[in-house]
Amino acid sequence: MSDSYSANAEPRWVRWLLCGVALAFVFLFLLIPLLSVFQQALAHGFALYLTALTDADARAAIWLTVRSAAIAVPLNLVFGVAAAWAVARFEFRGKTLLTTLIDLPFSVSPVVAGLMFVLLFGVNSPVGGFLAAHGLKVIFAEPGIVLATVFVTFPFVARELIPLMQSQGADEEQAALVLGASGWKSFVRVTLPNVKWGLLYGVILCNARAMGEFGAVSVVSGHIRGETNTIPLHVEILYNEYNFVGAFACASILALLALLTLVIKSLIEWRQAREQNEAAGRVQLARVRRAGEHA
Amino acid sequence: MSIEIQNIRKRFGDFVALDDVNLTVNDGELLALLGPSGCGKTTLLRIIAGLERPDGGQVLFGGEDATHRHVAERQVGFVFQHYALFRHMTVFDNVAFGLTVKPRRSRPSPEAIRERVMELLRLVQLEWLADAYPPQLSGGQRQRIALARSLAVEPRVLLLDEPFGALDARVRKDLRRWLRELHDEIHLTSVFVTHDQEEALEVSDRVVVMDHGHIEQVGRPDEIYENPASPFVTQFLGDVNLFHGRVEKGLFTVGDYAHPLAGHGDSDKALAYVRPHDLDVSLSAQQALAQGRVEHIHAVGPVVRLELRQDDGSVIDVALSKERFRELGLAPGDIAYVRPKKLSVFNTDASDYVI
Repeated sequence: MSDSYSANAEPRWVRWLLCGVALAFVFLFLLIPLLSVFQQALAHGFALYLTALTDADARAAIWLTVRSAAIAVPLNLVFGVAAAWAVARFEFRGKTLLTTLIDLPFSVSPVVAGLMFVLLFGVNSPVGGFLAAHGLKVIFAEPGIVLATVFVTFPFVARELIPLMQSQGADEEQAALVLGASGWKSFVRVTLPNVKWGLLYGVILCNARAMGEFGAVSVVSGHIRGETNTIPLHVEILYNEYNFVGAFACASILALLALLTLVIKSLIEWRQAREQNEAAGRVQLARVRRAGEHA
Repeated sequence: MSIEIQNIRKRFGDFVALDDVNLTVNDGELLALLGPSGCGKTTLLRIIAGLERPDGGQVLFGGEDATHRHVAERQVGFVFQHYALFRHMTVFDNVAFGLTVKPRRSRPSPEAIRERVMELLRLVQLEWLADAYPPQLSGGQRQRIALARSLAVEPRVLLLDEPFGALDARVRKDLRRWLRELHDEIHLTSVFVTHDQEEALEVSDRVVVMDHGHIEQVGRPDEIYENPASPFVTQFLGDVNLFHGRVEKGLFTVGDYAHPLAGHGDSDKALAYVRPHDLDVSLSAQQALAQGRVEHIHAVGPVVRLELRQDDGSVIDVALSKERFRELGLAPGDIAYVRPKKLSVFNTDASDYVI
């Protein structure tokens, strides 16, 4: 392959330079920091690492993070699919406004977003006062954390799906409808399978951000140990207390979760590729057989 | 199943796609909707399918009002221009789709589905591709699978949107013939949309020529070709020469020339359309329509094509048989006269046709 002439083949040194630059960046900015997290976490042995993780406050932080992600991700999944469907399939007044609004959480600083929720739901605001009077505390409590998480992860799924669904067009869905499928069946059997990779990717990004969000959650959380600290907040507190093993141990959990999602994604992609290869093989075999029959 | 279209109107914003269209598709016929892009033919097809909702008017299937029936309940087969095969399903699952989404009560058993799908794949001669995915197929194969898929649910009518538009010329010709044969075999009421007049004239039982949201003419292919009802139809169906003149006392007059014309009222402004093969070349001015200097002679193939340049600079195209050409003994630079064997004349002062 490398010997064959190709119009866009660059000189060897250009290719090496580009690859080298890319690899150096990956190494410096991704691999070394990731390794150092684990190295620091395990600096004083595995036992201490485990102790740091099984600490009551750490466990509470981990559970809180998982809980808020478990609420935020499905909510944004539903919203993202609905929004992408609406934007990609229908023409309506205010469509541009909707797409702009979907991007809002990306353009607003997370701290400002957190502050916004404090102003809206704080005990001194009318809404917050009303809710507090009915026994629901939003700010400096779990509902606030969930709200802030939902807000900052709002665009991930929709942003993945909208361009994908727009490029695929509505033809296949219409074909399903003409063939007698109900709207729901067409969605489950045609739309979803066509966007599943984009959807999965959106969910993975959404989940990563939901678990790792710091700014917005930090403002609404109130930093109550064992109650309103998520993993990122807990890491900061431990770090400020010079508890490096504890801080890096918790950080390693986040890093592990990120790695795990990537592994799952690669696994699914690999299986998909294998299925398609097998199908391609069967078709090839059928072609050869047919050619044999006709010979 | 016959289809009746009554007073159908449809606008997209300010654009009038269909303006009060009436049409009947007879049971078992293969009808072509022919017209340039933007003439409303695809919109009409989609309204019949139920994929588009008309602003007014009715669609009747077998005399029964289907205007407000949901697309999923119309029992139509629809073949999309770009096939719209489900890309994540095998060919088999694509064809089986319409059967597997039926409600449980009316759904055939898996064995019955399998049998029906394989039968359809045999009908389109692609049963050996049952395990393939759509991206692995050629354009012609995809088109045939799309057709098999639409036939699986035993539709009452078959609708095809530019079925051969995205295929190369050779495959298109084969598929055209194949569709004609298939239709002769299963006799399903079918409507297909095309912008290719040759395709419409060759394949269909009847042709509907459309322009600007109106139906210009409906008729058998030979009728339409021989007796076009309007300047638009004449021009759309093939190469044509245009002569501006007037009709007086049974003569069509262009400048100094006059040609007898029966059964046409007098008119100050009239257009005569003559196809290249309906023009004869003569060395005398008698009954001629115009005079020109022979500019080009293309003598390749069974007919000889001549280009005559008139004094005003416009060109007349003539197609002559080899024998006639030899008889005349024309050479480039000669002056010759053209005499129509057959012409279509339209008054322009009384009509609102805009060409």
